[in-house]
Amino acid sequence: MSKNKVLMCGNEACGEGAMAAGCTFYAGYPITPQNELISYMAKRINETDGAFVQAESELAAISMVLGAAAAGVRAMTSSSSPGISLKQEGISYLSACELPCVIVNMQRGGPGLGNIAPSQSDYFQAVKGGGHGDYKLIVLAPMSVQELFDLTFLAFDLADKYRNPVFILGDGLLGQMMEPLVISSDMRPTHYDKPWALTGCKGRKPGIIRSLLLGDGVLEAHNRHMQDKFSLIKKTETRVQHFNTRDADIILVAYGSVARIAKAAMESARAKGLKVGFIRPITLWPFPDKAIEDASAHAGKFLVVEMSAGQMVEDVRLAVNGKAKVEFYGRMGGGVPCEEEILACVEASLKSGGAAR
Amino acid sequence: MKKTKKIKKTKKVKKTKKVKKEVAFKNVTPNPASLRTVDNHYCAGCGHGIVHRLVCEAIDEYGIRERVIAVAPVGCAVIAYEYWDFDVTEAPHGRTPAVATGIKRVRPNNIVFTYQGDGDLAAIGTAEIIHAANRGENITVIFINNGVYGMTGGQMAPTTLAGQKTSTTIFGRSLRREGYPLKILEMLAILPGVKYAERVAVNSAHEVLRAKRAISKAFKMQIDGKGFSIVEVLSMCPTYWGMTPIQAADRIKNEVATFYPLGVIKSC
Repeated sequence: MSKNKVLMCGNEACGEGAMAAGCTFYAGYPITPQNELISYMAKRINETDGAFVQAESELAAISMVLGAAAAGVRAMTSSSSPGISLKQEGISYLSACELPCVIVNMQRGGPGLGNIAPSQSDYFQAVKGGGHGDYKLIVLAPMSVQELFDLTFLAFDLADKYRNPVFILGDGLLGQMMEPLVISSDMRPTHYDKPWALTGCKGRKPGIIRSLLLGDGVLEAHNRHMQDKFSLIKKTETRVQHFNTRDADIILVAYGSVARIAKAAMESARAKGLKVGFIRPITLWPFPDKAIEDASAHAGKFLVVEMSAGQMVEDVRLAVNGKAKVEFYGRMGGGVPCEEEILACVEASLKSGGAAR
Repeated sequence: MKKTKKIKKTKKVKKTKKVKKEVAFKNVTPNPASLRTVDNHYCAGCGHGIVHRLVCEAIDEYGIRERVIAVAPVGCAVIAYEYWDFDVTEAPHGRTPAVATGIKRVRPNNIVFTYQGDGDLAAIGTAEIIHAANRGENITVIFINNGVYGMTGGQMAPTTLAGQKTSTTIFGRSLRREGYPLKILEMLAILPGVKYAERVAVNSAHEVLRAKRAISKAFKMQIDGKGFSIVEVLSMCPTYWGMTPIQAADRIKNEVATFYPLGVIKSC
């Protein structure tokens, strides 16, 4: 096994992860801060037999992905917050039709046109729905350029395995920054048979891909089937990292780029002798509520840090279920919390011992 | 006397040779192989059933049933896959040409067509049809123009004629208030990516035959790799025009086709 070490920005690493996973179709629409990704895919896919389309809109881009996924290939689209709002129509259809694909959101400040600075305010949209109907996306939250590569590679396998769209929830900071990336030469995507794919009905009965289910009880049965699938994903695909939680008085919880800052704050706190732990969800859905519930048995407090007004904190509260205090510190509209801010919050919280704010 | 003789004759035939029964009931218009034999859910006098069949006849003519991937619209033809015996996918309303683009780009050897109504193609999907056409996607588009939203109860479509009464223009479409009927085929025809555009109708046997030729031609364009082809079909909606099927067929000739002229608009 040979390893290739390169310097890349997060958006490009995401694209390279897709190529390594055998992505042969990409459709997208320009929006900052994910533009390096669409340009990278235009270059890389056109070097292969795959197809790249710069779509007329995000609505069209996600629908092109729907077509390519229905035809059985590995397909991807990417955007940033306002563009992801437009994609919700297609995401609901892809989920309903059980079509595998990968959707990348390099979040920026919102609401509205917002700004082009990093943000985490699309957590609810990614994790709780976004489009209409009862569905779930597998939501992966990378925190480095390396993970943008690794988790995008994984995303394609998960999408095919469960016939479900997989969402990469990054942000402008991750997409734009450059870091060393190690690419192993022996990465091989897992092959999944797709007997449902539309390829022309030669030698088989005609295939139909649809979400319109009008018959009495048919849609309810389909929803039950989907919910069973989601239960299975929750059981098997939850991913989480935890550090120093055993003896912690307070546990920091953060994901994505904020997780790096929170981890650094935890290390500084430990150096000062403060008993601080850290939990980092890698899958935002399925959310690692078991890990958080278990930690709440011995830690009295949680401090959730996000670049939002407080979204993931609601899932932490649900997981803790009243067994510990859950506090929140957030920055909005492109504000990025620094290590000292988080450390100050931790110290204040440990001193006060007070209720959640 | 003659009558009884005839009956006797047939009885004799029945006893001796079964084959001769066919003479009495010869099916001169057998179902195309691509068309399923199922009950029709369309209203009496609706044009969709005719066009579904013409599409299947064209597909059978070229022997491409096993290569076809169709994209069904949202609207009255949303369950077109109940009739068609080949691969079909649905699409979000109006995104039909975008879905077809995704399929055709990854499976260029398949024959990909969309079947869209005037709400799907000329209203909510205007951007998708214009850009698919402008990219010169090698797909075929069958565009049904009946001037109303049938599935949702007969609201005004972009193609509704001036003065036409619909459930959202109860005193008739006002050009001042609702704007002009959209001649989208003429708009598309100016795009260099469009290689074939023809408007036909299905209000009479004569027009149906012309429609059949146009639909066949549109598929042939794709088979030959010529590029984007579109056939607009002026179709009847007696239910939401408030007419009998015969009145509706007459209206195509006397009103609709005078505003939307029939014939080849572009062929390269």
